[in-house]
Amino acid sequence: MNLLLGTIQLSIKSLWLHPLRSLLTVLGIFIGVASVIWLLAISKGIGDEAVRQVESLGADTIMIRTVKPPSEKLSSTGLTPYGLMRDEYDMLVATVPTIKSALPIREMRRQFQFKDRKLDGRLVGCTPEYAEVTHLDLAAGHFITDTENSALDTHCVLAAKVAEKLFPYEDPLGQRIYLPENKNYYLVVGVLKPKGSTAAIGGSMAAQDFSYDVYIPIKTLQNRIGDTVMSIRPGSREGEVIELNQITLRVFDVANVKQTAELVKAALNSHDRMEDIAVVVPLELLEQVRTTQWMFWIFTVMIASISLLVGGIGIMNIMLATVTERTREIGIRRALGAKRFHIITQFLAETSVLSLAGGITGILFGLLCGPTVNLARLIANTFWTDQMKELPQVVQTLQPSIVPESIVGAFAVSIIVGLIFGIYPAIRAAKMSPIEALRHE
Amino acid sequence: MLEIKQDATNFACRVVDLKKEYVLKSETVRALRGVSFDVPEGDYVAIMGPSGSGKSTLLNMLGCLDQPTSGSLWLGGDDVATMNDNQLATIRSQRIGFVFQSYNLIQQLTVVENIQVPLFYQGRSLTREQNKRTVELAKMVGLGQRLDHRPTQLSGGQQQRVAIARSLVNNPYFILADEPTGNLDSRTSEEILQLFERLNVEGKTIILVTHEDEVSKRAKRVVRLKDGRLQWDKTNTQEVRDAAAQYAIDNMPVEV
Repeated sequence: MNLLLGTIQLSIKSLWLHPLRSLLTVLGIFIGVASVIWLLAISKGIGDEAVRQVESLGADTIMIRTVKPPSEKLSSTGLTPYGLMRDEYDMLVATVPTIKSALPIREMRRQFQFKDRKLDGRLVGCTPEYAEVTHLDLAAGHFITDTENSALDTHCVLAAKVAEKLFPYEDPLGQRIYLPENKNYYLVVGVLKPKGSTAAIGGSMAAQDFSYDVYIPIKTLQNRIGDTVMSIRPGSREGEVIELNQITLRVFDVANVKQTAELVKAALNSHDRMEDIAVVVPLELLEQVRTTQWMFWIFTVMIASISLLVGGIGIMNIMLATVTERTREIGIRRALGAKRFHIITQFLAETSVLSLAGGITGILFGLLCGPTVNLARLIANTFWTDQMKELPQVVQTLQPSIVPESIVGAFAVSIIVGLIFGIYPAIRAAKMSPIEALRHE
Repeated sequence: MLEIKQDATNFACRVVDLKKEYVLKSETVRALRGVSFDVPEGDYVAIMGPSGSGKSTLLNMLGCLDQPTSGSLWLGGDDVATMNDNQLATIRSQRIGFVFQSYNLIQQLTVVENIQVPLFYQGRSLTREQNKRTVELAKMVGLGQRLDHRPTQLSGGQQQRVAIARSLVNNPYFILADEPTGNLDSRTSEEILQLFERLNVEGKTIILVTHEDEVSKRAKRVVRLKDGRLQWDKTNTQEVRDAAAQYAIDNMPVEV
C-alpha cells in the first residue's frame, strides 16, 4: 500500500517536473477519448433521428404512392389519367387478407385564404384514420370524422403553421377558410399540434412537411374538387388527373409486412402500368437505416481508435525520452535498493497517470457533448441565422446521444494504451545496469 | 578461507580473494586479480589507487552493484558474491549507505523524501520512529531548517550532507563514500570530512574511495590498490591524522 501510494505520488511529482510536456501528452489521450465519445454520440444522435423518422412512418405500414410517369408515356394532347385508382383501392381492401386498414389520400397544392391573409399549402383529402397513422396530435377541436366524410361536409382541420399564419389573432375554430382556386369555403373544426417532418425516402417520397397542411374529408374533396387539377400560370397551363395520391396500408402483424408488400405489388402490376406507382415499405427502410448506422459506427470507432493510437504513441515517445533523460535517477534508485520491479512500476505508474488523466478529462469533456452542441447551435443561429437555415435538417436538429458503452470502452482503452505503450520504456529503464546508469551524465 | 581472527571483533565486510574480469570484444580485462581485506566494525578505511588500479571495480563490488567473477564478499553472514540482481538490491537497501561524488539526490524530491528513499525500497510502510529519525538525521547534518527544500535549492555541501543523512537512514553495515569531496571546495570538503570523523567516532564504519592523499590521511587505515592487486594496507597513526586535519585547517582559504 505504501509502495503503491508512494509510487503514484512520485509519478505525479516526476510528471510535474515537465508540466507542459505532460500536459501535451495527456492532450493526446484526452482528444482520443473525447473524440470516441463525441463521434459515437453524434452518430447515434443522427442515427436515432433517422430511425425515429422512419419509425414515424410506421413499421407495420406499406405505402403505395402515385408518381408522375415519364413524359413520353403521357399522351401529348389532352390529359391522361394516371396513378392509383379508387377501384384499385377497393380491390386491395377486398382481396388482401392481411390488411388491417387502408387509407386513401388525395393531396394537392392549394392556396388558402382568411380575410386578406393568404397562404400556399397542401390540401389533403383523407379519412379519419389518417390522424392516427401519421401520428397527428390535436391541439383543439377534433379531426375529420366518418360522419363528416360520408356527409361530404365542408369541414377542415388545420396544421399548426396554417393556423398560426391565417389566424394570428383569432381563434380558428368555427371560422371559415377560403380556397380561391375552387371558390369554396371550409369550416375549421380542428387544429393540430406542430409535428416534425418524416424521412425523405429516395426518389419516391420526398420528406413530408406537415406544417402547411389542411385536411378535409376525402369524399368532400372528390365531390367538390374532383380528380382533375389545373394549374394556370402566366404562359402555361398544366393539369393532372389523379384519383388517389397515396394508399397507406396497415398490416395486422409486422411479420407479414414484406409478404403483403409483394402481394400488393403483384396485384397492382397485374395490368399494364406506365410506371406511375411506387411501393414504399418503411420496415425495409428501417433495416437499411440500421445497417447504415452500424457501418457509420464502425467507421467512427476506427477513426477514434486511430486517435487513441496516436495518443498512445505520444505517450511512448515521451516516456522513452523521459527514461533517457532520467537514466541517472534510475541509477541512483537502483543503487539505493530499488529492484527492477520498482523501476518498472515507477514508469508504468507515470504512463498510467498520464493516460488516466487523459481518460478522465476526456470523459468529462465527452459528457459535455450535448450542451456544447446546443451552445454551438445557439451561437450559430444567433450570428449566422441565414447560413444555418441552409444546412440540412439533421444538422439543425441534431441531438447527440451519449452511448454509455463508449465511456466505459474509451476509458478502458485509454488505460490499456497507457500500459501497452508504457511497458516498453519501463522495461528499458529497468534493464539498465545500475553502474552504467550512475555514470550517465 | 573464512576464519574468524578475533572473536570479539565483528566485521562490517570481508573481502576474500575477489576477482573481476571483463570481456571486451575478444580481450579479457582483469580488473581485480584477487584482493582480500577485512573491514571491522567501526573502522574508517580509505581506498586509494591510480586510475586503472581496479579502484572503481572494487567500489562497485563493495556497493553490491556488480557481481565478482570469483571470490567472496561477506556482508554479515551472507556472501553477496553469489546473489542475484533482486537479492543484491535488497542488500543495498538494508546494509549499505552510499555517498557519491556528485551527491546524486533525486531532483523531484524534498530533503526529507530524499533521505527516505532507501527505506521506501525496503517495502514496508514508514513507521513514526522512522519519520522522526529522518528529521533527526537532517538536523544532525545541519539541514533542520531546510526539510522541504529541493536539491536545486541547496548548495553542493548541503546536498552532500543530505546524501550522508540518506546513507545513514537504513543503519547500514558501512557507509561507502565515492570521492565525497571531489566536487567541493576545500572549506566545504573539510566540513564533510569532519562530519565523517564525527560519525566514525560515534561508531559508524566508513569506506571512503579517494585519490587525494590529504583525504586518505584522515582515515584510520589506507588500502592501496595497484593493477588489480592490493599494494599495501597500512594504519594511519593518530599523529598523522591529527596533522592532516590541522594542515587542512591551516591551509583553508581566508574569507575576504
